[in-house]
Amino acid sequence: MVEIRFHGRGGQGAVTSAELTALAAIEEGKYGQAFPSFGPERRGAPVMAFVRVSDEPIRTREKVYEPNIVVVLDPTLLSIVNVEAGLREGGIVVLNTSKSEDQVRKETGIKARLALVDASHIAMDTMRVPITNTTMLGALLKATGLIKMDSLKAPIENRFGPIAQKNVNACARAFEETKVEG
Amino acid sequence: MGQTLIMTGTQAAALAARLSRVQVIAAYPITPQSKIPEVLSEYVESGQLKAELVRVESEHSAMTVCISASMVGARVFTATAANGLAYMHEQLHWAAGARLPIVMPVTNRGLGAPWTILNDMQDTIAQRDTGWMQFYCMNNQEVLDQTILGYKIAEQLLIPVMICFDGFRLSHTVMPVETLTEKEVDGFLPPYKTPYKIDPQNPVNMNPVVLTDPIPDPHGELCPSYMGFRHRLQETFENAWPTIQAATREFTQLTGRSYEDCLYRYQADDAEMLFVTMGSLSSEATEAVDALRAGGTRAGVIGLRVFRPFPAATLAQAVSRAKILLVVEKAISYGYEGALNTELKAALFHENGNRPAIFNTIVGLGGKDVKPKDLEQIARESAQEASKGTVQTHPRWFGYGI
Repeated sequence: MVEIRFHGRGGQGAVTSAELTALAAIEEGKYGQAFPSFGPERRGAPVMAFVRVSDEPIRTREKVYEPNIVVVLDPTLLSIVNVEAGLREGGIVVLNTSKSEDQVRKETGIKARLALVDASHIAMDTMRVPITNTTMLGALLKATGLIKMDSLKAPIENRFGPIAQKNVNACARAFEETKVEG
Repeated sequence: MGQTLIMTGTQAAALAARLSRVQVIAAYPITPQSKIPEVLSEYVESGQLKAELVRVESEHSAMTVCISASMVGARVFTATAANGLAYMHEQLHWAAGARLPIVMPVTNRGLGAPWTILNDMQDTIAQRDTGWMQFYCMNNQEVLDQTILGYKIAEQLLIPVMICFDGFRLSHTVMPVETLTEKEVDGFLPPYKTPYKIDPQNPVNMNPVVLTDPIPDPHGELCPSYMGFRHRLQETFENAWPTIQAATREFTQLTGRSYEDCLYRYQADDAEMLFVTMGSLSSEATEAVDALRAGGTRAGVIGLRVFRPFPAATLAQAVSRAKILLVVEKAISYGYEGALNTELKAALFHENGNRPAIFNTIVGLGGKDVKPKDLEQIARESAQEASKGTVQTHPRWFGYGI
């Protein structure tokens, strides 16, 4: 079982990212589960969303305490949330940032393997909105190979209707531009 | 066959209402069920569901709308949680006494004070004695299936039913759900028809004041007393199992998914130690059981899908070979213990007189996370107490901090 924790701010689509990931897993014949950090949703406040992907049916709904993968949708969270908390040995942090790896390490003290992409820029450029959920899914795919890009297309089309193509484009571009540490 | 989709518990409940072709919906928001009327209003707006969606000003009114619409023969639906359910309390008794087959999902949530919007089962357990059936769901598949089954069963017994599922843990978690087609559900659940309804062409007086003794109606026919009416309700509950089992058997033929056993059983046959739980806890308990078995303890799970009518005989039989019972609950009857614990002991007293070591543990109140590891710990520590011959006098409260 692979466990993922998304960090975002209320309204940025962390929950949508999580649900799309679970949907894509199901497209591939796996089992998927996704849920938000339970509580009153507040726009702009730090929120989390969780995903489990497994070859077996998923029986637990406890929070994800020890993720294999952490995805950070908003770079401003790095100074207020310990995004690395509980990350498993060999885990990876997928970050939306315009900064270099050295800068990120210096400023945040993150020790885990990193995958970096300027998702805010890509989202503004391709969709004209600073919502990075589908963009960061491209980065997640590149960084982990957890699911295939093709498996995400149908879920994105179903979710976004007329603006689906822009989201697919943003996702694909992020896939290309994400730098994954060796 | 329908498709396998991925959905939250609230989406599953709303889909079930649409597939059941409900005709009147009383809509009132309360977390964590608000998404149910939201999705239903989209169905009505888009024409996917032909129903009257009545926006009401309170839960008390929501149940009143359901009662009124059911009395003219409509298939009705509403959903609620926690303080909203408590606010309905008076009307819940009325709906059951009037024998109206209302189906109502409840996303289980803790009650104030202090405020919480998160999950426990205090809300529905506190409505145990209103005369409603109560079905509990382990996952979102069961939310969809049990809601549809709810109409099938309620409309035959003329008893309303609450479809209880854990707030957030199920209501807000997406997971795979195998759907049914409209045609499949139409074949399983024919339109609701009742000879007992308000009809201007054939005026009748329903639920008037009755007296302590039977009295003749205007046609000279003897009408039951209050106790006579209420005894009929109890009698229907006592004889409900064949109807419930016939409905679930038909559902199994349709879907391949079995609800015929009112208990969910996991590794229970040879278990020396059994978790006895309800709702999504039964699912987490299976993981604890796997871990305990890996360590050499023969553990298992018995999860109640139906709490009213209470499956006393089936439950007593199901736990008869276990030496230790771990009754883990997300509700408590203050001043005593968990309701399930009390009822389980009473069932053993009646059915076979067995006296296994029973440990009642209260968990997860106000949304406190319950992890399979917690359940494993509860099992190990209870087994230790059992080996010392400890008899529990008060329920254990697990993991509340201060």
